[in-house]
Amino acid sequence: MSNFLLLCWEFFKAGLFAVGGGLATLPFIHEMARNYNWFTEADVANMIAVSESTPGPMGVNMATFAGYKAFGIPGALAATFSLVLPSYVIIIVIAKFLDKFSENPHVMDAFYGLRPAVAGLVLAAWLSIFQIAVLTLPRFQETGVWTDLANPVAAVIFVLLLVASYRFKKIPPAAFIAAGALLGVLFL
Amino acid sequence: MTTYFQLFVSFFKIGLIMFGGGYAMLPVLEHEVVDRRGWLTGEDLIDLFALSQCTPGVIAVNVATHTGYKKRGVLGAAFSTLGVIMPSLIIITIIAAVLNNIADIPAVQSALSGIRIAACALMIKTMVKMWKNGIRDWFGAVIFAAVFVLTAFTEVSTVWSVLGALLIGILSFHSEREAEK
Repeated sequence: MSNFLLLCWEFFKAGLFAVGGGLATLPFIHEMARNYNWFTEADVANMIAVSESTPGPMGVNMATFAGYKAFGIPGALAATFSLVLPSYVIIIVIAKFLDKFSENPHVMDAFYGLRPAVAGLVLAAWLSIFQIAVLTLPRFQETGVWTDLANPVAAVIFVLLLVASYRFKKIPPAAFIAAGALLGVLFL
Repeated sequence: MTTYFQLFVSFFKIGLIMFGGGYAMLPVLEHEVVDRRGWLTGEDLIDLFALSQCTPGVIAVNVATHTGYKKRGVLGAAFSTLGVIMPSLIIITIIAAVLNNIADIPAVQSALSGIRIAACALMIKTMVKMWKNGIRDWFGAVIFAAVFVLTAFTEVSTVWSVLGALLIGILSFHSEREAEK
């Protein structure tokens, strides 16, 4: 098999088996770095940093970057489309299924259990971001001083943006993200 | 009627302003797809996030595919999916070609720290809405608390806690009991 088709196949596999969001593709990309000479482990570290620092879903960013490293622009396109293809098909099949069975009591019961679970997952995700973005737990553990619990500047920005999100309901999230970026550059 | 072009543009915008991905960008999806376009209800979106936990793929892409399919069938799904991945394709290709070390720029790092704080602030409102829509009784509150604790404080894979919640939901026979009332 040509190397290019192999790249498509590897990203198709990642798209098929990486369950639970973009970060789940990471182990697959690490494996590719070990098994092929398309890119190195150091490239992967750089890919993670770049994918986090640029807009777009993380998994898609990683695939585009990895594909580009391997085979230039055709590689970027091939890797990204191969990654997305399995979920494209699966989601359409599920959507068809749900259209048919959304009134089925077992399906409704399944969602009755799933909805609170997702709320729990979102809260856990929020906590992990909050720890990185606002809190300074390692320093607090070292000193035990309450004022070391959070980065004061970050805490002020957080409270300001939170109050604004409730006060000014017309402002779209994009504006908050832009404001966050700007405040970050100015004060952090 | 929703056009292919609208689907493409809306999801292109989402791809362009979301950073990191996953749950942090839930408010961005909610704003465009639920509040502005009315393509999904808030509950639909939560259901899609639930499904995305047990199916492969990137969550934002899954939401794009599902929404596009719901509004305009298979071709609509293609347009919305293409929309959400297009910004990545363009931006990442340019960066990989000329700006490989973008993450090392201090200003980029401080901007990202600020974006993370903004995401935290935006998520609060979304989470309050989720709580109101998704948790109606003690049963929901217990699942919510259990999944939160398992995910935040243990190494248990989210796939297992989601599948567990799904199974418990089916075994609760909630709709049957509601019908009897």
